[in-house]
Amino acid sequence: MAAISREEVAHLARLSRLAVTEQELDVFAGQLDVILQSVARIGDVAATDIPPTSHSVPLTNVFRDDVVVPGLSQEGALSGAPDAEDGRFRVPRILDEEA
Amino acid sequence: MTTTVLPPYDDVVARYEPVIGLETHVELGTKTKMFCGCPTEFGAEPNTQVCPVCLGLPGALPVPNRAAIEATIRIGLALNCSIAEWCRFARKNYFYPDMPKNFQTSQYDEPLCVDGYLDVEVDGEMVRVEIERVHLEEDTGKTLHVGGATGRIHGATESLVDYNRAGIPLVEIVTKPIPGTGAKAPLVARAYVTELRDVIRSLNVSDVRMEQGSMRCDVNTSLTPAGQTEWGTRTETKNVNSLRSVERAVRAEMIRQASLLDVGTRIFQETRHFQEDTGDTRAGRSKEEATDYRYFPEPDLVPMAPDAAWVAELKAALPEAPRLHRKRLQEQWDLTDQDMQSVVNAGAVELIEATIAAGATAAGARKWWLGELARRANEEGIELSTVGATPAQVAELQQLVDEGKLNDKLARAVLEGVVAGEGSPREIMTARGLEVVSDTGALTAAVDDAIAANPDVAAKIRDGKVAAAGALVGAVMKTTRGQADAKTVRELILSRLGVEG
Repeated sequence: MAAISREEVAHLARLSRLAVTEQELDVFAGQLDVILQSVARIGDVAATDIPPTSHSVPLTNVFRDDVVVPGLSQEGALSGAPDAEDGRFRVPRILDEEA
Repeated sequence: MTTTVLPPYDDVVARYEPVIGLETHVELGTKTKMFCGCPTEFGAEPNTQVCPVCLGLPGALPVPNRAAIEATIRIGLALNCSIAEWCRFARKNYFYPDMPKNFQTSQYDEPLCVDGYLDVEVDGEMVRVEIERVHLEEDTGKTLHVGGATGRIHGATESLVDYNRAGIPLVEIVTKPIPGTGAKAPLVARAYVTELRDVIRSLNVSDVRMEQGSMRCDVNTSLTPAGQTEWGTRTETKNVNSLRSVERAVRAEMIRQASLLDVGTRIFQETRHFQEDTGDTRAGRSKEEATDYRYFPEPDLVPMAPDAAWVAELKAALPEAPRLHRKRLQEQWDLTDQDMQSVVNAGAVELIEATIAAGATAAGARKWWLGELARRANEEGIELSTVGATPAQVAELQQLVDEGKLNDKLARAVLEGVVAGEGSPREIMTARGLEVVSDTGALTAAVDDAIAANPDVAAKIRDGKVAAAGALVGAVMKTTRGQADAKTVRELILSRLGVEG
């Protein structure tokens, strides 16, 4: 059985606001399935005495002190924005689907 | 939708048992953001307190703020929680432009603090509110919706975003469901948020101002028909921006749900918005999708493992709990339970404490805050702390009274000026010429005039009928337009007439 269905891929694409064509869905579902099946093989060798790992480095408690560090200017912050107005990022209408 | 006739509240609680739950967000008062060194001061020009980390630019790496983690652990400890020995941040993925990263760094199934409680007092009765979790996350940017009629998201053609607030540390405190409070549910909700605010303020980790958004509250409400055991479907009410609104929102939602259940209508699990002006709740977005946040452990942040010795140290250094602190103040101020309760209900504990610290007596401080100022706050429907007078000003006012420069009536007039923002009590007294006439020369002249104008009364007093002096005091107060101290005037009259008081 496939590790991920075509419907699940379509759902994820929609959540990520990616425009994926019907044909691409077939391709991606196949590719993602291969990746997930490969990763799943790790489960075959993982014994109960091996805890799941979320980070590859054995570090904890990497913190910084509460000290201000200079950031970007308004101009610098907006320089990569597709659109800006009054010092703010301008984005398309948010509730588009409901209009 | 048809208009429904709302049932009376007493009727609602006779037929249904409410279950409430509260989610409170508190913006921490750290100097910098949660994962970067950008400043957090309120009111800066848009997008001037941002950097590659909080803008989510490619390659930027977040590093947690130690002060924010410490503050969260202290909040957890003050709420009697256990502190996780090991936990992680998680990505909460969603598509909305208030977070430029397309996810919010939060905590999911491994919060920093779990399983606590907060005892709150309602009508002299102790209610234990169980705390489910306290976790750390980051605040979002501010969106400004333009093109619509009223600045609302509906009908807007575009939105403008300011990311100064994005990334400011935010602590979320979630209660377990609170059943069994019956008709008192709205009061319990309010008492809990009030007590939580006091606890967090005592820790000095946030200014916890609901009206400025540094403390925000979502209220969950459901109703169960009396006699049934299965809880009803709950709604979540947002936009509850004051302590008073917490109480009103629960009450309004209970009444609304009852009106639907009465006619057999189902309650939908939905987000509702509290309307400050009408006091009712309205449905949020109509087509809200089922949430699918795809949480996963944040790979850019290594796990946190608070050292047991550090946690013990933080616990030992916690300040006195506000509830115990109030108990001690009550003894110091020599108040009955009932008097202390009115101080608490008026939101005046800290104000009176600060006023005493500024030099006033307990009785003097209490008199102004619970009298004139509480009356004003009530009339305007605002919190006492925002009424317009500061503890230092009230202490100064009382000092002027104690020095005999103001009498009660004049002090009230001065206080009016203080609330109107005209300056300090001393400045207003001088500017408005409200000082008690204490120059004995002027006062003696007024007394002599009064004696000359009322020879009959003067004769009676000379004969020993001291009580008759009241008439002359009245005359002097009239000519000085109330700006004399009655006691001084009386003494002066008696001495001018050669009679012992």
